[in-house]
Amino acid sequence: MKISMERATLLRAVAQAQSVVERRNTIPILANVLIEAEGDTVTFRATDLDIEVLDRAEAMVEKAGGTTVSAVTLHEIVRKLPDGAQVALSEEPGSGRLTVSAGRSMFNLATLPKEDFPVMASSEYTSNFSCKAQVLRRLFDKSKFAISTEETRYYLNGVYMHVSDSDGAKVLRCVATDGHRLARIDAPLPDNAADMPGVIVPRKTVGELRKLLDEDDMDIAVSVSETKIRFATHNITLTSKVIDGTFPDYTRVIPQGNTRKLEVDASEFAKAVDRVATVSSERSRAVKLALDEDRLVLSVNAPDSGAAEEELAVAYGDERLEIGFNAKYLLEIASQVDRENAVFLFNSSGDPTLMREGDDTSAVYVVMPMRV
Amino acid sequence: MPSLCRDCLTPFETGSRCPACGRPRVLSHPELFDLSIAHMDCDAFYASVEKRDNPELAAKPVIIGGGRRGVVSTACYIARIRGVRSAMPMYRALQLCPDAVVIKPRGAVYAQVSGQIRALMEELTPAIEPLSLDEAFLDLTGTARLHGAPPAVMLARLVKRMQEEIGVTGSIGLSHNKFLAKIASDLDKPRGFAVIGQAETPAFLRPKPVRLLWGVGDAGQAALDRAGIRTFEDLLRWEKRDLVQRFGSMGERLFHLARGEDRRRVTRNAPVKSISNETTFDEDTGDRDLLDGHLWRLSEKTTDRAKAKGMAGRTVTLKLRRANFTLMSRRMTLPDATQMADTLYRAARGLFDQVPEPGPWRLIGVGLSDLVPASMADRLPDLLDPHAATRAKAERAADEIRARFGNDAILKGRALR
Repeated sequence: MKISMERATLLRAVAQAQSVVERRNTIPILANVLIEAEGDTVTFRATDLDIEVLDRAEAMVEKAGGTTVSAVTLHEIVRKLPDGAQVALSEEPGSGRLTVSAGRSMFNLATLPKEDFPVMASSEYTSNFSCKAQVLRRLFDKSKFAISTEETRYYLNGVYMHVSDSDGAKVLRCVATDGHRLARIDAPLPDNAADMPGVIVPRKTVGELRKLLDEDDMDIAVSVSETKIRFATHNITLTSKVIDGTFPDYTRVIPQGNTRKLEVDASEFAKAVDRVATVSSERSRAVKLALDEDRLVLSVNAPDSGAAEEELAVAYGDERLEIGFNAKYLLEIASQVDRENAVFLFNSSGDPTLMREGDDTSAVYVVMPMRV
Repeated sequence: MPSLCRDCLTPFETGSRCPACGRPRVLSHPELFDLSIAHMDCDAFYASVEKRDNPELAAKPVIIGGGRRGVVSTACYIARIRGVRSAMPMYRALQLCPDAVVIKPRGAVYAQVSGQIRALMEELTPAIEPLSLDEAFLDLTGTARLHGAPPAVMLARLVKRMQEEIGVTGSIGLSHNKFLAKIASDLDKPRGFAVIGQAETPAFLRPKPVRLLWGVGDAGQAALDRAGIRTFEDLLRWEKRDLVQRFGSMGERLFHLARGEDRRRVTRNAPVKSISNETTFDEDTGDRDLLDGHLWRLSEKTTDRAKAKGMAGRTVTLKLRRANFTLMSRRMTLPDATQMADTLYRAARGLFDQVPEPGPWRLIGVGLSDLVPASMADRLPDLLDPHAATRAKAERAADEIRARFGNDAILKGRALR
């Protein structure tokens, strides 16, 4: 194999590969990226056995062929090369070494045979549709903070993507929860997506997917089966296993009858929560919200470390209410609001609270109060 | 040299027999009346209590421990002569000493006796740090004028009274810090009284193996071995910086301990760091239903203790010992600290379900750590578990019933598994 390509193109491809490989793994070849050159394209493939990313890039291919080399080392080298450099990669068959050269720099890297590289088995996708990058980005960005890290409830370690109904219209919906807060984000259902099976997209896949979604109008081809999901752009294909489990029935968790309505500027609210929470030393920092006629008093009372209080002008017309929350949970849901005021709907100090942006029901959040 | 008769408590200047009572149990040390940090350790405590309560056992080897499969928790001095040691598996102990009388521990009795000893210690000083039922640190600094006698005299009186009034014996280690007091109490057992003074500290420690260090377990020992540190003398050759680099925070302590320096105070209530309970089975088992029953009972025992202390824990640990004695443990952090048996059980059960091995197991244990006051626990309900609140109420109600009518008044079905 002998190829040569521009540093920036190579860096982008290798960066994607090295973020997929698992840092601590016991199978040496899983640390490597598979490089294959054919015609005028080079593909870079990396996997952790659950996720596979395949990146295509244009290159001058002098001699077709393939090999595998440490993804992290190659990434480090390319990253440190000067901008605009032309990089040549070559391997003499049987040498077991990949030569990387650019300008006056030259590196020799140990390789492993490409035949040993595990390629993810292809799957029969039952549903194929196309979706704009910005739509997927909103669905996952707004829901991922609620993904659970609790391993005993592994079926919560991802975002549940499925087809649902909202006000009579079909929607593509993403839900994530850790049992203490929940995010439910809807988008209009793309064409051809109606028969998509519901799948739980693992946390790591959500993180990798995000890198494909920077350009608003790019079309992302989505393919879904019961066991796998694939996202593809022109250059990059991300394939992932989905979590083998049943996502709990979240619909009964979303309160329907909460009537006490608070409307507040989300960023003012978040800043105030952050300020008062400073005095709390415990790990689950509890903030108390005391609501009265158009007045919200946020307070923290930590017996060991101190107390804090801040008042905010809000729109609230219901009877007096005192309710406590984990400060981190409040901050995270408040930071999802980017256009209008945050609207909180309360029931009692012991019941789940609902939050949404203005009157927009396409993104709703539920947060469980805590005893304060 | 300052001397003290341990029988009649008369202080005097030099002599190998007491000038007052003529007996030879004389303690002499240049710093005898200047030292004030002590460690009191009862001699074969559980066995002594059993012998006290049943004089027929006096001349027989007695082993306290649980069942045929358990381990020795205490062996009397007669059994120790035959090679029986604490923490030894019971079958091994019985091989060494087949005629031993094995007695199941009577925890409540030992606790009551321990309370009596504690009351005697309270008369000496408020600065008492119990390490377990049968040993404690005492700081008698500044009590000489109050008692009209130096600490050494009061400590000799303490063990004398323990023997006469309670019927158990103990050994005293007297020194200038906790670490050395603890070492000293072990030097002259049983009915011992050993003193390590300031002046002799370096010479005393130098040839001693570092194993003496309290808190150095097998793993710590192995790490020290690898560094070529066997004795305190070896340790003295190390720079502080190098020790810290190699052993982390422990390195700094090692540096000071090697010089006989230990600035830890005798504190009345050393904070509890974890609460746990475990069971060794009569026969190794892999029966998941049976193990599930144990998990529940252990969770309940652990949270009973947490509730009694007004504490709750955030980290749940599951401990399993394989048939070949190797240990496996799994832990998880809860989103919210808990003192509820139901929550602890569910977390422990979740950990257990993830254990890939089928067993059989020799021991199972459940623990709570990362402790916080109960007021900071169980505050965060789970959206996906709406019945948790109902179960919590049921548990609180059951606790009240048990408090009033006894522990067996109400049980969960799974406790009977």
